Amino acid sequence: MTASLALGPTPDVPLSRVNPVAQLAAIVAVTVVLLTSLDVVTPAVVLAAELCLLPAAGLTSPRALWLRTWPLLFGAVMVGVVNVVLSRDAALVTGLGLALRVVALALPGVLLVAATDPVRLADALTVHWRLSTRFAYGALAALRLAPLLVVELESVRLARRTRGVDAGRNPVAHARLLAGIGFLLLVSAVRRGTRLATAMDARGFDSGIPRTNARGSTLHARDAVFVAGTVAVCALAVTTSVLTGAWDPIFVGG
Amino acid sequence: MTTADPAVPMAGQRDRRPARVLARGLGVRHAGRLAWALRDVDLVVEPGERVLVTGASGAGKSTLLTAVAGLLDPDSAELTGELTVDGHPPRDRRSGLGLLAQDPDSQLVMTRAGDDVAFGLENAGVPAEQIWPRVDAALAAVGFRHGRDRPTQALSGGEKQRLVLAGALVRRPGLLLLDEPTAQLDPDGAALVRSAVAQATADRAVTVLVVDHDAGPWLPLVDRVVQVGPDGVVEHGPDWRPVPRTSGLQLPPGGDGPVLLAAHAAGWTYRGAAAPALPPTDVELRAGRAVAVTGRNGTGKSTLALLLAGLRAPTTGRVEAADELTAGARRREPHRWRAAELVTRIGTVFQQPEHQFLTGRLRDELALGPLRSGSGDAAARAMADELLERLGLAAFADVNPFTLSGGQQRRLSVATALATSPRVLVLDEPTFGQDAATWRELVQLLAERRAAGCAVAVVTHDADLVDVLADEELRL
Repeated sequence: MTASLALGPTPDVPLSRVNPVAQLAAIVAVTVVLLTSLDVVTPAVVLAAELCLLPAAGLTSPRALWLRTWPLLFGAVMVGVVNVVLSRDAALVTGLGLALRVVALALPGVLLVAATDPVRLADALTVHWRLSTRFAYGALAALRLAPLLVVELESVRLARRTRGVDAGRNPVAHARLLAGIGFLLLVSAVRRGTRLATAMDARGFDSGIPRTNARGSTLHARDAVFVAGTVAVCALAVTTSVLTGAWDPIFVGG
Repeated sequence: MTTADPAVPMAGQRDRRPARVLARGLGVRHAGRLAWALRDVDLVVEPGERVLVTGASGAGKSTLLTAVAGLLDPDSAELTGELTVDGHPPRDRRSGLGLLAQDPDSQLVMTRAGDDVAFGLENAGVPAEQIWPRVDAALAAVGFRHGRDRPTQALSGGEKQRLVLAGALVRRPGLLLLDEPTAQLDPDGAALVRSAVAQATADRAVTVLVVDHDAGPWLPLVDRVVQVGPDGVVEHGPDWRPVPRTSGLQLPPGGDGPVLLAAHAAGWTYRGAAAPALPPTDVELRAGRAVAVTGRNGTGKSTLALLLAGLRAPTTGRVEAADELTAGARRREPHRWRAAELVTRIGTVFQQPEHQFLTGRLRDELALGPLRSGSGDAAARAMADELLERLGLAAFADVNPFTLSGGQQRRLSVATALATSPRVLVLDEPTFGQDAATWRELVQLLAERRAAGCAVAVVTHDADLVDVLADEELRL
């Protein structure tokens, strides 16, 4: 009766050919480097490398890029501005460095989400990192239904109106109405989750037999190259930073 | 490696035999309820048989199926008597079970069709190289033509159910349980699912148990029909046919009153969407007349209902109430009315009835509308009790609406829409999930409102309803 709005597979882009666990390993490397350096040069170099990967993740149109990154960009600008305004001895360049760090830290996550099919991610995590299959595929099935909640929120709001319930201009009534709707959504999500769990267990999800994987998840030479490349970029960033005299590691008191 | 590993005892086995189901004096009572959901059920289903279990809504059909599936939680249900599958408790035979339930969206796990069918084989530990040939065979058996890579969210309801069926059959179950698998589909989708069941079980390698209150469409497919009632089961003979629910129905005629609400080239487009969900549409709702809005899924029927019910503003054209309906409200467009103004003028039955419930008891639920629109306490109670009685819900007066069955929830939501005596009724699939008795009572109630001068708009796939009630049909 209603159009389905469940989560779909991610379209194939060049970056999809890198195994998700290799992408996660690269994210760990980038995170470690960025969290330990406080200068502006290191995140700038890392960010430049990340921007080069955008086309490989299929993020070529400015609109698609904006839709995926605007909350992140907004957050980064806020971090930069707040630090410059509130900290007495912070220079403009410190604020810029912090903002770049936020973007450079978060962008790999955006790349991962854009290029990685959720099913392939679950496959890779269970095959290579021995993540519990019950957790990985359970979470996957639940995630598939998450977009339905948005549709339901609207549906519940309209349904309340048919019963003579709306908030008008009263903010307290608004809050109470929202709380009621939130509770109903929770109830409905739990009920659907229960039905889903029943359907999954009816297909032997709880059988206790070691699960096989029909798609498999193979690590190739290109995955090692990808991780090595990321480490090289991080090394280059730190080297550049040291050579330009901007290097400011977090562990050294200064 | 073409044969299944004999050490894998589950769904990997090739020589799975059809199961035998036996129930003797079976009774089930849900926790917190006084009444038995099922009692004195005696039933034998021989291997390879296809049996339809029918019965009134709330008669315990789904409870029986859940018990046979071994999915009843012993903490929340009390069981008496004997129930076995191949001589074992159902819980121990779960690996040989295939299940197809109502809601396709809460049965699919993966994002691609092939991956979803493979899910059950992966769970059974079938080696990867054996999985894909079996997946392809299962997809072919149910007549799924879209290929393995088809995104599951792009499928219609009927196609989704076909895929769920493939996912159940690929495990080569000995027992296939179908729980009203067509209840949420349009007639085309329902026919698709039934033909897939017929095709995929033609070799009789699996015992099939179907639960449906609507027996007619399954008759060509099943070997016999048993009816579940309050005192156990009744076996129907081979010549049994359900009594047509429209036979002998005497409805009060409508009239031809003034226009109360009209849509003028009203259409609706999702923000950012290229094609409209509803192209510009004209319709007039007159006092004493019923308009049926029909058409396939996705043609905008429900969207039209939302516009007429004052729940959404049309993105093109307009929806306007006549003076007679507007009286007292400041605006002419229903979507600009406050909720309290709306509820006394237009009664709505929603696609998802449970979203409309606001209280913890049926009686309160029905009294709520009249109380809010200024009826006295006594009048509101009397109205609530009358509606509960007529729609066969009196036994549940103090029950929480969320614990009702789907068909009962649908009736309750019709009752809440009638409780405030609005002049216009906008009903989206009001007869969904109703058995013959409740269907007739519902249709009778709607016809009475029409005779009393209500304008009725009903969005429906139910051809019988259009036949007996509609004065006019709008095909989208």
